[in-house]
Amino acid sequence: MAEQVDKSKKIPGTTVFDWRESRKGYRLNKFAMSFTKPENRAAFTADEEAYMERYCLGEAERQFLRARDFRGLIEECGGNIYMIMKIGNCTGHGLYHMGAQLRGETFEAFMATRNARGAR
Amino acid sequence: MARIIGGIGTSHVPSIGKAYDMGQQDEPDWKPLFDAYKPVRKWLADIKPDVAIVVYNDHGGSLFFDRYPTFAVGAADSYGIGDEGWGRRPLPDIRGDAEFSWHLCEQLIYNEFDITVCQELEVEHGFLVPMHMCFPHDPDWPVTAVPVAVNVIQHPLPTALRCYKLGRAIREAVEACERDLRVVILGTGGMSHQLNGARFGHINPDWDKAFLDKISSDPFELTNLTHQEIMEQAGAEAVEVIMWLTMRGALSDNAKQIHRNYYAPMATGMGLIAFEDVG
Repeated sequence: MAEQVDKSKKIPGTTVFDWRESRKGYRLNKFAMSFTKPENRAAFTADEEAYMERYCLGEAERQFLRARDFRGLIEECGGNIYMIMKIGNCTGHGLYHMGAQLRGETFEAFMATRNARGAR
Repeated sequence: MARIIGGIGTSHVPSIGKAYDMGQQDEPDWKPLFDAYKPVRKWLADIKPDVAIVVYNDHGGSLFFDRYPTFAVGAADSYGIGDEGWGRRPLPDIRGDAEFSWHLCEQLIYNEFDITVCQELEVEHGFLVPMHMCFPHDPDWPVTAVPVAVNVIQHPLPTALRCYKLGRAIREAVEACERDLRVVILGTGGMSHQLNGARFGHINPDWDKAFLDKISSDPFELTNLTHQEIMEQAGAEAVEVIMWLTMRGALSDNAKQIHRNYYAPMATGMGLIAFEDVG
């Protein structure tokens, strides 16, 4: 059986969303998945703390969320990018904003690296 | 007998859907992408398929990690438009053909593809962007559709070879249907992109173009690609391209490439390739 993911060859700057990440991030990702319902988005917007409590988020997850630190949610808490995007949409942080955080640079600096910035 | 008359490989980037909904098709940075689909739309209007089989992945539109299927096939009379977290898009529901879907499911399972059968499934950008880029929908879609969802987001993923073999099995299943249906198959996702880590935004146009060359000339060779190789070269989320191999596996040896485009404006290599299949 050919090995599909070579754990001895870590790809720099890359998190492979495997079962370890999925287990670690399960609670957070389930919380994020709830944002597919408009009433849940409204509940989060109305009272973020109460909504985080409803999903029993851990303290680190709550801190990163309060700080809108999407890098922390993804890289340290097992957040899946497609799930975390649902939260970002609700807080006004689009994919490229998160991407700039992940790269450790400003939104403007990230956009300057792109070929055709109008297609966003 | 039902038969496959064409195959399309296409990216399914959500920002394309947003630009489409906002009517930005003629804006300078979007125009090269939208214009590239015009010949494909015309070709499809000419060959008039009855059914589109759409191989895609769900990004948390209606499938979650509590029970994320490796392969799932829709078997419903209609598929709703999912809310991915930013509201329902203004598109009509997708018409299904439950009888045809169940036929495919039965054939696939007896052919040892133990797929999950979904009698309720909302579809999202992975499915919808290819659909509205290829087909008109005012007031309704010209085709029924069969969603085929593949896990390309939570490792372990099915192998590239397995995805290709699924395409082979889909072809056999289509040809075992006695109804006179004209079928096209869409393989969606990719191409190069990475949405996590400090490597966010990585794209690899050379790799993408080589993939487009190969999927036309020697698709079976692409089944040797491991997830590791794809991720190293083209980014962690580029593994979606293995779904193009399902499309290509469903075509005959006589399939002929009739259109191709590549455009990489932002953070994803957006590929498009179309094959006519005379059987």
